[in-house]
Amino acid sequence: MPQAATIAETTPLGEARERLLSELSQGLDRESLWWLAGYFTALARETRAPAALEAAPVASKATQGLLVVYGSQTGNAQRLAEALHQRALAQGLQARLQRASELSLKQLSRERALLWVISTQGDGDPPEDSRSILEALASPRAPRLANLSYGVLALGDASYPKFCAIGRALDARLSELGAERLLERGDCDIDIETVAEPWREQALTRVDKLLGEAERNKITPLRALASSAPVSGPIEIELLASGRLSLPDASRDVRHLEFSWPATAPAYEPGDALAIYAENPPEVVARFLTLTGLDGAELVEWKGRRAALQQWLSQDLELTRLARPLLEAIASAGAHPDLAAAVAGEAYAGFITERQLVDVLQRWPVRWTAQEWVSRLRPLATRSYSIASSRAAVGEELHLCVAVRRDGDRLGAASNHLARLSPGATLRSRIESNPRFRLPADDRDILMIGPGTGVAPFRAFVQERAERGARGRNWLFFGAQHQRSQFLYQLEWQQALKRGQLSRMSVAFSRDQAERIYVQDRIREAAREVYAWLEQGAHIYLCGDASQMAPAVEAALREAIASSARLDRDAAHAYFAALEAGGRFHCDVY
Amino acid sequence: MSTLSAVEGIKARSRNLRGTLLESLADPITGALAEDDQQLIKFHGSYQQDDRDSRELRRQTRLEPDYSFMIRTRTPGGVVSPAQWLALDALARRYANGSLRLTTRQAFQLHGVIKRELKATIAAINASLIDTIAACGDVNRNVMASANPVESAAHALAYDWARRLSEHLLPHTRAYHEIWLDGEKVAGTEEVEPIYGPTYLPRKFKAAIAVPPLNDVDLFAQDLGFVAILEGGELAGFNVAVGGGLGTTHGDASTYPRLANVLGFLPPESLLAVAEAVVTAQRDLGDRSNRKQSRLKYTIDRIGVEAFKAEVEARAGLRLAPPRPFHFEHNGDRFGWIEGHRGDWHLTLRIESGRIADVGERHWASALRAIAAEHQGDFRLTPNQNLIVAGVPAAQRTRIEALLAEHGVSAGSERSPLRQRALACVALPTCPLAMAEAERYLPDLLTRVEALLLRHDLIAQPISLRITGCPNGCARPYLAEIALIGKAPGRYNLHLGGDLKGQRLNRLYRENIAETEILDLLDELLGRYAAERRPEEPFGDYLIRHAVVLPFATVLTP
Repeated sequence: MPQAATIAETTPLGEARERLLSELSQGLDRESLWWLAGYFTALARETRAPAALEAAPVASKATQGLLVVYGSQTGNAQRLAEALHQRALAQGLQARLQRASELSLKQLSRERALLWVISTQGDGDPPEDSRSILEALASPRAPRLANLSYGVLALGDASYPKFCAIGRALDARLSELGAERLLERGDCDIDIETVAEPWREQALTRVDKLLGEAERNKITPLRALASSAPVSGPIEIELLASGRLSLPDASRDVRHLEFSWPATAPAYEPGDALAIYAENPPEVVARFLTLTGLDGAELVEWKGRRAALQQWLSQDLELTRLARPLLEAIASAGAHPDLAAAVAGEAYAGFITERQLVDVLQRWPVRWTAQEWVSRLRPLATRSYSIASSRAAVGEELHLCVAVRRDGDRLGAASNHLARLSPGATLRSRIESNPRFRLPADDRDILMIGPGTGVAPFRAFVQERAERGARGRNWLFFGAQHQRSQFLYQLEWQQALKRGQLSRMSVAFSRDQAERIYVQDRIREAAREVYAWLEQGAHIYLCGDASQMAPAVEAALREAIASSARLDRDAAHAYFAALEAGGRFHCDVY
Repeated sequence: MSTLSAVEGIKARSRNLRGTLLESLADPITGALAEDDQQLIKFHGSYQQDDRDSRELRRQTRLEPDYSFMIRTRTPGGVVSPAQWLALDALARRYANGSLRLTTRQAFQLHGVIKRELKATIAAINASLIDTIAACGDVNRNVMASANPVESAAHALAYDWARRLSEHLLPHTRAYHEIWLDGEKVAGTEEVEPIYGPTYLPRKFKAAIAVPPLNDVDLFAQDLGFVAILEGGELAGFNVAVGGGLGTTHGDASTYPRLANVLGFLPPESLLAVAEAVVTAQRDLGDRSNRKQSRLKYTIDRIGVEAFKAEVEARAGLRLAPPRPFHFEHNGDRFGWIEGHRGDWHLTLRIESGRIADVGERHWASALRAIAAEHQGDFRLTPNQNLIVAGVPAAQRTRIEALLAEHGVSAGSERSPLRQRALACVALPTCPLAMAEAERYLPDLLTRVEALLLRHDLIAQPISLRITGCPNGCARPYLAEIALIGKAPGRYNLHLGGDLKGQRLNRLYRENIAETEILDLLDELLGRYAAERRPEEPFGDYLIRHAVVLPFATVLTP
């Protein structure tokens, strides 16, 4: 009989389970042990590792030691923080220095010891570099910071009515969120050192004591298994926050939406889309009722249920997109031979691209009862949007980047519905998996081409790769009409470039100069490097408009290959085809 | 010697002001320059700015601030031809925010030029034979000269010396030509800055030439001032004054405004040598570790006036004679028509805050464009943000007046002296240093103070009022009888007790107050002034005499 396995000194299981394991394996024969190994292996394969814990190895390094943060407008707080940091290091503490603009709630919740030097501006305003994190802390969504001990040193000018207001508010809020005060807040007037010097002494003494204790009481985190039973059917999600990504005066209205995505919901991968069960815009419903002369209050039956016509039209029936059977029925019942001709054969595709139902009824009316309409209209289809986040980066959330379609009377159903939602509103949705639009291995380079809202999945890609520490290079091509008002996620791309999470970014703003410049022009300009990346095994991803952008970009890629590799047209085509066959060209266009 | 300030390192590494400007200009992901380049571009005559009004909205939209650039011209003595005026006007409309801004240093500013168009704009300015070299940065700035001296013939003199001084102190680096004018890189020879050395000056340096009895240039606020001494209509030489400078930092008592000291008299042919001696002395002796202590005024206070004078004399290789007597009557402009010495005429136009734009009923931009199209003389920017249409033949006077009237503007001689004299810096929305409004608030503020003057029957009294958005003092507030110096949105420090001649610093009277309190205080003081003043006594003098404010510093003229 084999000896009982000795359980190694350090396991990730914790004392209780270690004992159980010891009991379990006591006296088992070899076959049983192999069976157990297989059992656990299968279980591990089925289980999704919760994103937060996957990031844990990186996280535990980040939470070690002291974090010194500064929020500074004129440089005073920065200087103080730098000096504080130096002192901490000199004292033998492990200390990091960070600017408030680089701080995230996620990081804060993983920190153990924090000293924050922050100034108050003018009439009680925060320094600009701190606005984002202070807003995040103030929001009801801010997490508990039970792990954190902190001290705040506030800078201000006592001649102002709201002396040190920001430092006070921060000190109070951190405590409210469950963090523990290491020492009382220091409020410095313009003779800073009077208060700063003794505060510094006390702060560092207490941090030293705290971290010393932490070292002695180090606990290995227990890896809990998340419940692995996925929910089927539409998932109800809640809107957490929404904001603009384009300025109010821009020609396109693009929004950023953040939804809850519970851990029990099926996981989504970068590259997947979210299908939304939207409602029709009220304006479109109203217009339909006017054009058909029907009464929205009339009770009508649909799919075995009775409800007001208004409700079916708002929530369940397709009012914006057209379908051939419907058009043929209208043509025939309304006696419109010209309509019948317009949608016959190949003309149909062109006919429906520019029109919605309200356009058709405007010109070709038909007299149907409410019931007849309800039986002829198709059910409201879901609308899909590429997911703009990676769970590894955002946790139990899902982000979307949505262009709100508004063209006179023609309104996009889902996009307008999304634009009208307030935080707290819920929505039904489901994941549309996109297995052919997945990130490659971590060491592969990727070329991402995503003008306009086509950039959405690439935000997920870059976030994911950053969290994974992927070594492959990332090159993003982005385009829009104007840099000033439509550079979607500009601040995030700048930060990603600075941190090396994005290797390179090429941009094209078509209307910022006399001649139109698009992403395909940038591809041509960088032909040699694009080709070099391809030769080194890069994958290409294309996302966005199908009708004009995609063909132009593909042509530019082929030209880039042809010119750089000195190939003729056929050879370049073949090269490109080989990319596709080899699964290195991925397309998500609509 | 303590460590050098960060900016010193940036200058030292910059290869004579090149830095990575070319790369920064080419970076399409941001409308900003790399951090170090933001310091270097000042030497090329530009500041990076952003529209502060939209900062918050843009941040929430995940967009960077709306960056743009201010460009400032090097126009010694503020003299430009009509053709140059038209060129700048056209550039303002094409590349900038449509308006020109006349500064308190007799220069033009264009605001709102985006990075992508910066090179084209600067190149176009140069094409009209104006450059922007050393308009900002740690160098000698635009050299000022009295714009409309009482002895009209003296203007040519002052202007000529201003031009020569400006050129003598220009940086030699080819960086400007390489970056903006597609200049060829000259290989081989090591580039040398004969006067400035590789790291230029510790801080900005301001020089001016004044022709008594007018002190429009505010001579005693300059690092280096030359007072033209005329005898029998001939230039006998200059009194040289050093160590003026106004900028301070709120709450930092080691920073303060200072009036220049008159060192002595020199003959005209020694002007450039003396100027160079002052500049190189500051170059070598100025504090390069703490930029708040870097200006020449602190250097002089550290080593003493006599020691500094000895240093200058040694470097210039001469001894200064005792200063000659001179007298300043006031530091304002004289509005309306004034006859020149050649039978021609000069028209000084009052332009509030120096802003050339078509606003409401007043269309300065259109008016001046129309005048420039016909005018055969030149234009002179005044140190008070105003404009002189100079060298108008007598027969053309009515034509000029008609063009002004057609566009709803006039010389402004009928306005109250308060409104005529007031100065404001640009402040919001473009200046990154502004803590409160200045230019945008001035019209309303003046209306409210005028109401007080009317109430106390003082509306005809010359009173100097200057407002700035921060304590840097770009509109020379520390010399005014009434000064508002911005501390926070809607809040100012109130200073009182300067004079009408630019020879006395005012004093902090109340800190961090809003408009209501400012007006209440002024109401009370103006009331007492009206009741108790001596005949002809200016407001500032009254306040000092009645110890409302204690005298801070006054120049004693020989």
